[in-house]
Amino acid sequence: MPHTNPGAAAACSARRPPNTAALVGVLVQAAVVGLAAYLAWTLLRTTQANLEARNIASGFGFLSVEGGLPINDTLLPYHPSDTYGYAFLLGVLNTLWVSGLSIVLASLLGVVVGCARVSSNWLVSRLAGVYVETLRNVPLLLILFLTYSVVLAGLPHPRQSLNPLPGIFLNNRGIFLPEPVPLAGFWIALGVLGAAVAATWLVLRTSRRRRDRTGVGLPTGWIGLGLIAGLPGLALLLGPRAMDFNLAALKGFNFQGGMVLRPEFSALVAGLVLYTAAFIAENVRSGIQSVRKGQIDAAKALGLKPGLTMRRIVLPQALRVCIPATTNDFCSLVKNSSLAVAIGYPDMVSVGGTIIGQNDQAIEIIGLWMAVYLTINLLLSLLMNRANARAQIVER
Amino acid sequence: MPHVPDALAPLACPAAPCSDTPCARPAEAFVPSPALPPPPSAVGPLGWLRANLFDGWFNSLLTLLCMAFLAAVVPPLVSWALLDACFTGDASMCAQSSGACWTFIVHKFRVLMVGTYPPAEAWRPALAGVLLATMVGCTAWRRLRAAALAVLWLLLPLAALWLVGGGAGLAPVDQSQWGGLMLSVGLALVGILVSIPCGVLLALGRRSRIAAVRALCVGIIEPVRGVPLITILFMASVMFPLFLPPDMQINNLLRVQIGMILFSSAYMAEVVRGGLAAVPKGQTDAAKALGLGYWKMQAFVVLPQALRHVLPSLVGRCIALLKDTSLVIIVGLLDFLGMAKAASQDQQWLGHDAEAYIFCALVYWLLCFGMSRWGRSIERRTAHRAR
Repeated sequence: MPHTNPGAAAACSARRPPNTAALVGVLVQAAVVGLAAYLAWTLLRTTQANLEARNIASGFGFLSVEGGLPINDTLLPYHPSDTYGYAFLLGVLNTLWVSGLSIVLASLLGVVVGCARVSSNWLVSRLAGVYVETLRNVPLLLILFLTYSVVLAGLPHPRQSLNPLPGIFLNNRGIFLPEPVPLAGFWIALGVLGAAVAATWLVLRTSRRRRDRTGVGLPTGWIGLGLIAGLPGLALLLGPRAMDFNLAALKGFNFQGGMVLRPEFSALVAGLVLYTAAFIAENVRSGIQSVRKGQIDAAKALGLKPGLTMRRIVLPQALRVCIPATTNDFCSLVKNSSLAVAIGYPDMVSVGGTIIGQNDQAIEIIGLWMAVYLTINLLLSLLMNRANARAQIVER
Repeated sequence: MPHVPDALAPLACPAAPCSDTPCARPAEAFVPSPALPPPPSAVGPLGWLRANLFDGWFNSLLTLLCMAFLAAVVPPLVSWALLDACFTGDASMCAQSSGACWTFIVHKFRVLMVGTYPPAEAWRPALAGVLLATMVGCTAWRRLRAAALAVLWLLLPLAALWLVGGGAGLAPVDQSQWGGLMLSVGLALVGILVSIPCGVLLALGRRSRIAAVRALCVGIIEPVRGVPLITILFMASVMFPLFLPPDMQINNLLRVQIGMILFSSAYMAEVVRGGLAAVPKGQTDAAKALGLGYWKMQAFVVLPQALRHVLPSLVGRCIALLKDTSLVIIVGLLDFLGMAKAASQDQQWLGHDAEAYIFCALVYWLLCFGMSRWGRSIERRTAHRAR
């Protein structure tokens, strides 16, 4: 060590001691950058040589080439003569649609199960516990296979369809629902609903200002419910006919018309929702249990009713613990939607995989996948972080 | 002021000074009569039922709904899985019974466990399994010192690899014949053992003072965490061969294993980073004051504390990794789930998907639930020791 050696210290004292730590830092940086650059360059060279040797084209030119992919479940009209780029875009839309729907449903189920887990009812909390511990400890892919090939494939043939409610048919080709066809009355009601939402927002603002000024707000819950449910209801009752239903009907071997949820789609959504809800339920439980009992006691002492205690005291504090963990679960759900490829639902990964099979342009497709997933997850995190920032304690 | 039970209130004297009514103070010392027992509806099974199941109309309604649900679901399930089930015989007997066909599982057991591994050599994976079970037992019941355990856990995959793969006296078995539960557990085990050190290194790199190292680690961790495992597996399976020179190709299993390690390391790194952030700065200052260098400081002062903080999350990641191994089916490896799927498509035994998947779920559940219980027990133990 330099400073235990008097001779070296004396030699150094003549000029400024060299800053060895900084020097080492610079050297290490240079080495890391050099190594990374060398690796990248070698990879590039090898890859280029490999691509040439295998006659694989590179670049994104293939996106505008006619694909001829068979895709059976799309949100927008699709024909096999459409381009690869359009097919991939439909895959992205399917990913978004499945993820969005599953996030909403999983949140609802997760909150219900999480509340059930902390219920004082022994049977309810035990059942919720069994649900959570079972679903969390098996692979998602297994749940998907089970729902796809046992539950949904176990449904009868179209001719013996289950018909639980008029207009709804369950069979092994999918779930057939009446397709709503909006008429003039629907659009009027929708406009009235928009106006009602705007009016409710105004009422909420007025109420908040009045409460800040006088300490007594307006009964916003009842006013809002009356506005949002009552006005469109009135419009539907008094206005012209709002909706026609296009019913599914058995023609030949299968149902025609109506709205169909294909088995692949239903299995994917069911699997994602059941699996993710178990994780969200755990977040909700730990959130609620993290609220100290003193808070509830204090609310009771102040004379708050149980509903108000839950809404104003417990939930805001529970949310603070819930949101970060749930953000992660939402991101996992989006990523897990890629398991669609295993049961044949045409999401982005499934469509991309088919394209790789046809033209071997793996690097471009995998790059596109990564770009889309990174974008979705980034946006989702941003959104949830904003929600989180609103839920945190505002220190004055 | 001593609390006076309500039942004794008439005996006690009012505290206020007596004005007109003569207050007879008891001459003898005050002896409280024994407390009355609680009402019969508040104790015993009846009280428990009232408190936990029928507490108010809402809870009673919930209880009744749950009971109706259980009554609708449990009896058919029990009769399907146990009472009407087939445990022996062959496919034709199964076709006659209305219950589950566990014969199918018995029949396919070897395939589910080791895949298409040559039957004559099946004792080798079985022996590796016994070794693994012994190690798990030794770890769970703390039969060995920590250092010995660490060395043995590192030796275990090598021994298992030799047993399963052959060479050095054993007949070699090609990796294309590995499959079943053996493959799942092997992928998970190697993945865990390699990705924890890799994750620690990445986490340390992410907190490094050197900007280039930090950038490199962030550049690895964040993209990997942002994409699904499937894309990483596709990359390992389809893209890796393009990255390597033609004379240096490696087989699919190893590529997939590398992909899983990469994926898992990024997640482990984030878990470890949380633990590193929880170590107070005074600890590193003290280590520096003692003259420890960077690596000694991390190894003997920072990491032991950091890893103890995040042990539950690390075990959680291990469970996730075991569950994630099921995805290798998508790049063409037949792991446990893959074998279950393949077995249920056997022409001789059609229509037994449910049994195959439920057996599969049971095994995964036992492994994952066991791991999470073990994680919780060490969490309690370390929390106890820290106090």
